[in-house]
Amino acid sequence: MRYIARRLLHGLLLLVGVSLLSFLFADLAPGDYFSSLRTDPRVSAQTIAALRAQYSLDRPLPVRYAAWVASVLRGDFGYSLAYNSPVGPLLWARVRATLLLTGTATFLAWLIALPLGIWNATARGTWGDSVSKVVLSFLLAIPDLLLAIVFLMLAVETGYFPTGGMVSPGPERVEDVAWHLVLPVAVLVLGMLPTLVRHVRASMAEAIDSPFALSARAQGIPRRRLLFRHLLPAAANPLISLFGFSLGTLLSASLLIEVVMGWPGLGPLFLEAIMARDFALVLAVVMLSASFLVAGNLLADILLYRMDPRIRMK
Amino acid sequence: MPADSFLSVRGLTKIFDGRPAIQNVTFSLERGRTLGLVGPSGAGKSTLARCLALFETPTSGEIWLEGRSLCGQMRAGIQLIFQEPASSLNPRFTAAQIVTEPLLIRKLGTTKSRRQRASELMETVGLSRHALPTPALEFSGGERQRLAIARALALEPKLLILDESFAGLDLSVQAQVTTLLLDLQERCGLTYILIAHDLALVWRMAGEIAVMDQGTIVEHAAVAGLLARPQHPLTKAMLDAARALSLAGAPA
Amino acid sequence: MRDLTVDLISVRNIAVPVVSEVSFQVDPGSIVGLFGESGCGKTTLALALLNLLPAPRYRVRGSVQLRNFEVLAATERQLERIRGAEISLVFQDPLLALNPVLRVRDQVAEAMRAHGCQRGLESLFRLVGLPATPRMFDAYPHQLSGGERQRVVIAQALACRPALVIADEPFTALDAVRVVELSSLFRELREKLQISFLLISHSPGVLARTADQVLIMQAGRIVERGTPRQVFGKGTAHAR
Repeated sequence: MRYIARRLLHGLLLLVGVSLLSFLFADLAPGDYFSSLRTDPRVSAQTIAALRAQYSLDRPLPVRYAAWVASVLRGDFGYSLAYNSPVGPLLWARVRATLLLTGTATFLAWLIALPLGIWNATARGTWGDSVSKVVLSFLLAIPDLLLAIVFLMLAVETGYFPTGGMVSPGPERVEDVAWHLVLPVAVLVLGMLPTLVRHVRASMAEAIDSPFALSARAQGIPRRRLLFRHLLPAAANPLISLFGFSLGTLLSASLLIEVVMGWPGLGPLFLEAIMARDFALVLAVVMLSASFLVAGNLLADILLYRMDPRIRMK
Repeated sequence: MPADSFLSVRGLTKIFDGRPAIQNVTFSLERGRTLGLVGPSGAGKSTLARCLALFETPTSGEIWLEGRSLCGQMRAGIQLIFQEPASSLNPRFTAAQIVTEPLLIRKLGTTKSRRQRASELMETVGLSRHALPTPALEFSGGERQRLAIARALALEPKLLILDESFAGLDLSVQAQVTTLLLDLQERCGLTYILIAHDLALVWRMAGEIAVMDQGTIVEHAAVAGLLARPQHPLTKAMLDAARALSLAGAPA
Repeated sequence: MRDLTVDLISVRNIAVPVVSEVSFQVDPGSIVGLFGESGCGKTTLALALLNLLPAPRYRVRGSVQLRNFEVLAATERQLERIRGAEISLVFQDPLLALNPVLRVRDQVAEAMRAHGCQRGLESLFRLVGLPATPRMFDAYPHQLSGGERQRVVIAQALACRPALVIADEPFTALDAVRVVELSSLFRELREKLQISFLLISHSPGVLARTADQVLIMQAGRIVERGTPRQVFGKGTAHAR
């Protein structure tokens, strides 16, 4: 238990650090929300200054930071100037969309990677393994962006798939959303597969080659049972860490893809917020992503603690 | 008194997770002698070795080497050789790298002088200096153990602790390494603490024996005396076992 | 009918001969010792007897007859059935031979489950001299002492009452008292359960005390065989 408490504390400290740094960096970027107004000749400098004062953008950094922390602790993430709405509700719809996308992609990626990696590990040296390696290296080398564009082109040419958005006009139906999900999920899954499969393969290979595997075979334990009941648990450690990382990047993995493929998630929102210097929104998205990352790693730590007796005993 | 003996250990205790691995260990050892440390597994022999070599900080107690209380800087004076030569040597390192590593870490000497020393050390342990550029994994088990000894000797230690260093080696190789160590002891006045399961080996090398059980030393005597008049039941059991396993009916 | 008859077995590891034309027999209820220095091929021989050497790399020739069943010609399914049930292998390093993330109880149970033997865990543990306590059952390998681990591995090997147990250097990590206990255990198992042993060790003392017959292996060949006294007695090449 102390182990987990320590990890939790660690995570919280990390979040505080992230918030400080983000605040600092956002502040370092020249200008703020109202900078663009300066190019408009109808708006006077005093008006701009007054607007700044109204939204407290002219206060010194530490004061703004303290105010932000205080309001966050109250559950209020501030007010988005660009969208003219409190940040909270704005985020909620987008987060759901992003999670739908990344959740589906992560689930599918692991669903494919586990059996594929295990199969590769048992079939090392065969043609199937070689083909697999070539294909995965190829996928690893291709930038996500390129894949996204290629898929979009396919969509446009064949007309099979929608070329953007989450829903078509009309009543919202599950099949409709699903149809829109296909391409972006495909891009994400193909992007995640190489790393996952490689890790699964390596872990399982190590377990298969280990002395206790040989020992178990010497006891006549049948192959399938050996693989899943004996070797997979022993190979699980690095995979659990990887899984935690997968969970942790649920909010951040798809930002770019969303923008390119027109999926209405956090990605486009974030981009707009940055362009518009919408301080509150930018910070909120960053903190949310960081929290997910910390939570994902914490979950991995907890899982490792529960599943590996050697860690527990330490 | 601490100032008199070469090595003096008083009340050494090390507690792991609330359980004492060694408790109140006290003994002295004179220079140039070999102490055999025997006992069942889990008795605390390795823990004691690690405390002496300063790999662990004792929970309480004192260690005096040559009249001075032991602290971090003295580590050069005591070197530890482990059981598995395969795992205590980086298999990709060449013999030269392995043997000069301690010198490198302490920034002793120049590249040239270190290389010179490496050749000397190789010859001391009976390995050819032409084998210096060979990676460790190409050496046999016995040769790797010699490399480990060479590395330990690089810093000219006064006390060498051998923790089960002969366990995996063949008998003939054991004999060679033992002869080498005895020879070195005579030439350089080294002091050894030898931890081993093989009692025959201990008789051959040690002048005195300490029997450990459950974290304490239960008997400590000169070899001849121990053989003739074992006091503690554990010692008697071990001697009986050794006799049962020896071919000639008495430890060779 | 002999328990095990090995005839002219040879093993090559990518064209390098590791075992050359080894022949011997193990009679029911006997303990045969295999003595040799490291690198002489003892472990490879042990693995070959259970047909555990992976194919393209290792080429095995000869015959291994376990009670008239040819092990080297068996299918994988047949092998899975006899391994552990008719002939068991006790590996050299118990820490490595045990799965680090499974409890002792589960590991031994797996051995039994593989062959459908229903034996009480307690009686098996007591047979090998382990305390039949919850602490022992629920323990993970790294929590046990070297001696206890060794006995767990032996328990696994004995779980389904095999006819022959091959033990590869089971005494190395143990102190003299434990070694004598283990040696007595083997002899006891031979008496009570008629289990034969092929004992691999590089310690003449142990083999002298435990084995009926000793084979001396050198560079992949058997160079001498006889009783321990004949082979290790004073005046022979291997006297200590």
